[in-house]
Formats: sequence, structure tokens, C-alpha cells
Amino acid sequence: MNYMLMLYADEVAGSNIPPEEMKGFMDQLHAYREALRKANAFVATAPLARTDTACTVHVDRGEMKVQDGPYAETREQLGGYYIIRAENMDEAIKWAARCPAATWGTIEVRQIIDLGDE
Amino acid sequence: MSSLDQSRRAADRAARESYGRLVALLSSITRDVASAEDALAEAFAAALRQWPAQGVPHNPEGWLLAVARRRLIDSSRRRGTNERFQDHLKLISEELDAERETSREIPDRRVALMFACAHPEIEPSIRTPLILQTILGFTAEAIAAAFLVPPATMAQRLVRAKARIKQSGIPFAVPERADLPGRLDAVLQAVYAAYSRDWAEAAEDTEDRLSDEAIWLGQVTAELIPDQAEVKGLLALMLFLDARRGARSAADGSYVPLDEQDTARWNLAQIRQAEALMKDANRMEGAGRFQIEAAIQSAHVARRLHGVDSRPDIVALYDVLFTLVPTPVVALNRLVARSRISGADEVLDEIRQLGADASLIDYQPYWAARGMLLAEAGRNEEAREALTAALGLATDEAARAFLQRRIARLPGTPGGT
Repeated sequence: MNYMLMLYADEVAGSNIPPEEMKGFMDQLHAYREALRKANAFVATAPLARTDTACTVHVDRGEMKVQDGPYAETREQLGGYYIIRAENMDEAIKWAARCPAATWGTIEVRQIIDLGDE
Repeated sequence: MSSLDQSRRAADRAARESYGRLVALLSSITRDVASAEDALAEAFAAALRQWPAQGVPHNPEGWLLAVARRRLIDSSRRRGTNERFQDHLKLISEELDAERETSREIPDRRVALMFACAHPEIEPSIRTPLILQTILGFTAEAIAAAFLVPPATMAQRLVRAKARIKQSGIPFAVPERADLPGRLDAVLQAVYAAYSRDWAEAAEDTEDRLSDEAIWLGQVTAELIPDQAEVKGLLALMLFLDARRGARSAADGSYVPLDEQDTARWNLAQIRQAEALMKDANRMEGAGRFQIEAAIQSAHVARRLHGVDSRPDIVALYDVLFTLVPTPVVALNRLVARSRISGADEVLDEIRQLGADASLIDYQPYWAARGMLLAEAGRNEEAREALTAALGLATDEAARAFLQRRIARLPGTPGGT
């Protein structure tokens, strides 16, 4: 089963972290990915650009609406994700708890529905 | 202080001190843990309503018990539980009344409840959560957080386990002497699981530390079953480990391994208590895993506090432990103990072979130990890889800080020494 770990954090606070400290966090994230790989649980990961460069698109009865900014204004923004392989939700939560991003933000764990039509 | 505050405090105190005693007592009569908890919850709510106006009763625990028992009888009547059962319930409660009036002592059935929670019919992984809820009154949410399970899932598992206790007619009793050792082991393992759950997280500032509660459970068990060596062994083990808690984190919060700990920060009173318990246990028959593990901790103490070279003893104790508990984790610890005498090179092949076991692939201490031994042997690239895996599997800041510093110290690390 695949699960998506959605990493939410305050992106303004994030961009104010001094470079030295940031390197430490990056090392932790790198180590986390290595641990996932070793356990054959890694599928994919990517960071996302800041929400002030985001756009939302909606088509309403043929009329296209494009707006600046994220879909929802919240205190914490989606800043990246991991897709992992796990037996079940319990195991996916265990991996989320190991993710260093859980200490400076919040991780939403969602099962990815397998449509089985690859 | 207002009478409202006073009654709240009295109810609070009664809740903490007697929750488990009352759940154990009520459910040992009805075999129905869930209804006992419900009835008790109603009794506590009634106390908070009535005590502020009427004053705190002389014996709050007895008052709570009487109300809860009445609720239980009412609800069993509503559900149409058969008359014989109701008569039984009434009879026993009258007996209890008589007993309570003469001695004012409510019989302590907590250990009987623990045996029901850790019964072979109950799935091992839910035994510890069940004990935490019934004896200590932890909420399903709090237990779910400690065990990294969604709260709704944990609540559901607890409900299912309680239904099983009721339906399977699991007895609320300390087993007969012949069955005791095996059954007792399940109870002790459940208590130790509560202790180690917390121990893995180095955070020292959490107010309701699960480890304190586990030690308290160990003390209750040791008071109520004084004649079993393993009960004392487990309590000794937990006290030894707990005595070093303060020394396990540096000023910046990072983890400090045993050999680098400042022994002035060890809790000597706890160590003395643990040594005394071990002495008591050794005078009794048989030696179980908890006694052996306590003896290993005692040997570490002798080495660090009194300069005794106890390394060969530690290896010998791990050999015995491995015959009792032949798990990859014990095998790992045994190899680490051997490396202290022979050097890292001698054990690294076996450490690597051990890694083929699927249960160790995401076991953080395995990768940490492997990385430390590789570093000791000067195999820096492999050490970096293993320590990186350990860092990626860490769940607490203390371990992360320690491992990042260790990786930075490896020769060849950019910016390292």
C-alpha cells in the first residue's frame, strides 16, 4: 500500500531559519530518505515552492478563474511530500513520526487509493 | 480555597489513587471492564456535582464505589441481565460493604485485573494499552499517541479486547501456582513495554511520563505478589534504567551514551533500591530474563561507579539472556558487549549478518550500534552510511543531535575534523 505524507509547516518561519541550522535539517531529511530506501519503503519525495508563487484554477460553467495564492489560507502550508510503501496505516504513522519535518510542522498521512490499472 | 476547589481536588485525588483499584474491584465482580469504567465515570461525575454542596465524604473511595456499584446494578437491570447474576452482584456488594465497614480497606484486585488484561486470549500488542487504561485511567487518545496509532483505531481495539474478556469468561484472578510463571511473564512484559515506550524518547520534561507510571505498576505488582523473583527483577531493572535518566541528556539536550555519562547525575537512591530488590530476588528460586537484565545494569553500575572490570560478566549475562530470549535485539546487545573486550573488528561480520533479519531493518538502535562499531574500526564510509540510517530512523531530538555530531566527527566529513 502506498501512503502520502503531506508536510505542512509555517513557510515564513521556515525561510527565516539561519543557513547553518538549515543545513542540519537538510542532513536530517537526507538521512530520513536513506532510511526509507534501506527499508524498501521509499517511493518518491519532492519539496514544493512557496505558496506566494502558487495559483489556483477553477472552471465555472465554461468560465475559467485563475487566482494568485494557495487554495486555502492557513497558518501552515503544504511544503512538500513523501510517498512511501507501508503495510498499513499504523506503519505509515510510524514512518511519519520519524520524519524530521514532524518536529517543525505537521504531517498529514493519507492512503493513496490503488486503482490497479497501471 | 473554596469548597468547590476542595471537592474538585478530593475527587481528583480519589480518581488518580483509586481509579484502578475501583475498576479492578468492580470488574472482578461483573467481568465487564467497559461497564465498570462507565459506572465509575458516572460516579466521578456525580461526585463533582454533589461534593461541592454536601462536602467531601469521609471515605471518598467508598462513596465512589457505592455509587458506581448502584449504577452497575441499574444498568444490568436495564439490559435485562439474568436474575441470578444480579443476585450474585448484590450479594457480593453486601459482602464488600460489610468488609469495608469493618476494615475500611477496599480489597486490592488490581493484579487480578492485570492478569485478565494480559491473558493468553488477549492479543499481546493490546495488553499494555489495556492495562494503562484500566489500571491507570489513561484515555484512548493518550495511549494512541504513545503507541503511534490513530486514536479511533486504539479506542476500537480497546473496546474489542474488553468485549473479549467478557465473552471468553477470562478469570479475574491470580493464576494457580503451577500456571503462574508463564502467565506472570505476560503481565511483566506488558508493564515493561509501558516503561520502554517512554525510555525510547529521551525527553525529560514531559509531566506524565509513562515510565513513572510503569514503575508505579511494577511497585503495585511487587507489593501484591511479593514471592516471585521476576517481579522484583523487573522493578529493579526499571529503577536501574531510571536512575540514569538525568545523565542521559547533555545541557543542549543531546543524548549521552552510558560510557560518557556523568555518574554524579545518577540517582543513587534509586540504584540502592534496585540493588536491594535484586538481592531479594536472587535469594528466591529461578532466574528469569528481567533478573538477568537487572544484573547487567548492576554490572554497568559497578564498572562506572566503582571501576570494576565487569565486561566479562556482562558478556556471560548476555549469553544466559540469549538462551532465555533468543531475539535479534538480544543478539545485537550481546555482540556490542563482546566488542568491549575483543574490539569492534571481531564482531562486525556478525553484526552485518544480523542485519539480514527483517525485524532489524528499521530498528534504529541496530543502525546506531553498527555505525558506532564501524567508526571504532576506522571504516569511515560504512560508518557514515549506517549512522545516516540511524539518524533517519530517530524519532527524538536528543538522538538526532547525538548522531549528527557523531557523523560530523568522522574523518572525511566536509566541515568535520
